[in-house]
Amino acid sequence: MTASPQLELTTAPFLHRGLSTRRVMFEVLASLVPVVAAAIYFFGLAAVLLVLAATAGAVLVEWAFDAQGTRALRDGSALLTGVLLALTLPPSLPMWMAFLGGAIGIGLGKTIWGGLGHNLFNPALVGRAFLQAAFPTAMTTWARPGLSFAEIRPATLAWPFMKPAADVVTTATPLGLAKFDHQYTGLWPLLAGTTAGSLGETAGLVLIACGLWLAIRRVFDWRLPVSTLLSVAFFSALLRAFGGEAYPGPAFMLCSGGLLLGAVYMVTDPVTTPLTPRGAWIFGAGCGLLVVLIRVFGGLPEGVMYAILLMNAVTPLINRYTQPRVFGGEGR
Amino acid sequence: MAALRRTLTFRHGVHPDEHKEATCRLPIQRMPFVDEYVLPLSQHIGRPAKPVVRPGQRVQRGELIAEPDGFVSSAVHSPVTGTVAAIEMRPHPTGRKMEAIVVRADPFASQRFVRRSDRPREDMEPDEIVAAIQRAGIVGLGGAAFPSHVKLKVPPGKRVRFAILNGCECEPYLTADHRTMAERPRAVLRGLELIMKVTGAERGYIGVEVNKPDAIARLREEIPDGMPITVVPLAVKYPQGAEKALIDAIFHKEVPTGKLPLDLEIVVQNVGTAAAIADLFATGQPLIERVVTVSGPGVRRPANLLVPIGTPVRAVLEHCGGLLPSTRQVVLGGPMMGHAQKDLDVPVVKGTSGVIALDRLAPVTDEQPCIRCGRCLEACPMFLNPSLLATLARAERVADLKEHHILDCYECASCSFVCPSHIPLVQLMRVGKALVRERGSN
Repeated sequence: MTASPQLELTTAPFLHRGLSTRRVMFEVLASLVPVVAAAIYFFGLAAVLLVLAATAGAVLVEWAFDAQGTRALRDGSALLTGVLLALTLPPSLPMWMAFLGGAIGIGLGKTIWGGLGHNLFNPALVGRAFLQAAFPTAMTTWARPGLSFAEIRPATLAWPFMKPAADVVTTATPLGLAKFDHQYTGLWPLLAGTTAGSLGETAGLVLIACGLWLAIRRVFDWRLPVSTLLSVAFFSALLRAFGGEAYPGPAFMLCSGGLLLGAVYMVTDPVTTPLTPRGAWIFGAGCGLLVVLIRVFGGLPEGVMYAILLMNAVTPLINRYTQPRVFGGEGR
Repeated sequence: MAALRRTLTFRHGVHPDEHKEATCRLPIQRMPFVDEYVLPLSQHIGRPAKPVVRPGQRVQRGELIAEPDGFVSSAVHSPVTGTVAAIEMRPHPTGRKMEAIVVRADPFASQRFVRRSDRPREDMEPDEIVAAIQRAGIVGLGGAAFPSHVKLKVPPGKRVRFAILNGCECEPYLTADHRTMAERPRAVLRGLELIMKVTGAERGYIGVEVNKPDAIARLREEIPDGMPITVVPLAVKYPQGAEKALIDAIFHKEVPTGKLPLDLEIVVQNVGTAAAIADLFATGQPLIERVVTVSGPGVRRPANLLVPIGTPVRAVLEHCGGLLPSTRQVVLGGPMMGHAQKDLDVPVVKGTSGVIALDRLAPVTDEQPCIRCGRCLEACPMFLNPSLLATLARAERVADLKEHHILDCYECASCSFVCPSHIPLVQLMRVGKALVRERGSN
């Protein structure tokens, strides 16, 4: 026999499916390309600048506080957080705020918990919650879509820690119109993306398509978005049935605001949502209920962010009480 | 309606690439005899056998050289006519050195097995058949090497209604069972008949994954008229060959945790084991050889070989043209549950279903934090939570490990296979099981 090669000893298994965390993150990032493209189409150069700013903030903090040097950067999770955060922001938000949101999202949302896999709350939403608390006016100033691509509102380029000039031609989002004026936007504008709203939330059809793609490729657990959407539909139908026309119907509730973006990209974050199939159903049901409660009875028109953050807090409890039944064990 | 009917299978599990194309059409060929054979006294689960020969003693092919030491133990026979050269510590495929009988082949012997007096099986009582199987050293040939007679001896007060043969061969690369079923369907079926007779089973089932259509067809052709035997095609999935998964696939029943298939009135044996039992009663030949798949990207000429037990792995690989220089690992058994070897002088033992030469190391070095994606939960055929159990094992939380059923893990490695963070989950499960066994008694 040919001189025997140097054999190495490891333990079984000797095969691996070949999936890595990095690959998972980049699959999600790849699925975001159409969403970002839609944001750029509807909101122009501002969308590009906000994505860059939020991502820069997230990646910079990840790099600065990573004990392993640049290793954690390579998994792509900070990049993903930055892009997702940007997609939840109003198009006229100053870039420096987006940068700060990304930095806080990774810093307070992830790094201090111990890094990837250890955080309780969705980092992108932590960043957004911070911005909502710190800059409520900027976070609820909605630019009208449909400007020419290169047109940049002065607010976008405002100096850091300077108040943006009140230069934006503002409008209300469909949820705002519904809540305060009882005007219901039709389904087609909601799906087509021609309404006002955050960068990545308006184009419903694009989000649905990206969600289906991720579900088919089994990048995420389909139960999480499905249960969330079913729950919103159920509770809004319930309100409609008992409360009448004063409440928005399920179709409007499902397609408006950040629900589709949240259901496809936030509810499905594996780290901050339950592991078990039963847990996924409970998590989604809770998110849906909270979205309806906050939107209908809360002070703000939108409630997706708080619904998800609140359910994130409950995730460890859900995990504990939905441990899988062992094969051949009690309770079939 | 037929289109809606799904192929039977168990729940959860994984789909590794099959890698069977290199050998699945190659007929079983006999491995030539070599000079020296190493027969470990422990090549089955249970107590090692006790030698009944002395160095210098001449032995015949098929002669008993070590007898079972107790009920959960099995005999060892000489695979060749020759001389006992030594009884000493030798490397064993599990990685330790173990006591073994070394037999030097007689270069002038014909090496034909000579039948010894064994009564025809027709007038044997079930207990006698069970004892004969133990004396013949027949153990499970699927890989775990559990002594076959232990499962066939039905304890008083229990009964067996169904006998299942495991023809799944769900491990990648392996085709030994496939070829046995395709080439020797009558032996497999005769073995199943004997198992049914011994245990009193009313019905027999042979579970075969649908990637072996020729085996399914040949077995179906050869079922004797009136025999209540069914060949059950199963979806291709790992680890379907595990007893509990196989029973789940065929009957949709769960073996209760901590219990045995016997508690569901079922006995499971491997198809190769059934053929070995049939051979014993047809010719009197004990378990002195087995079919081994030699495959993998590092092997020049992949093959299915009938190898005398005790043949050094080095000789088997040489017979197949040797290893390519790119080989990084040689694995005995399948790549999901087998053992990597440092020393190619280890022998083929009764549980060696394959010799697989791999050129790539499993990525064990780049472990990332767990992102709680739940893929391991979806893979685990025992419905365990491997990510949690791995964390508990690292923290040495023995009571929690026990409470979360770590002892139900049979180490199929599906969790490690799917983990995107490359966490060595099954290795940590082994650590956890050992912790519970050492310290968990009180």
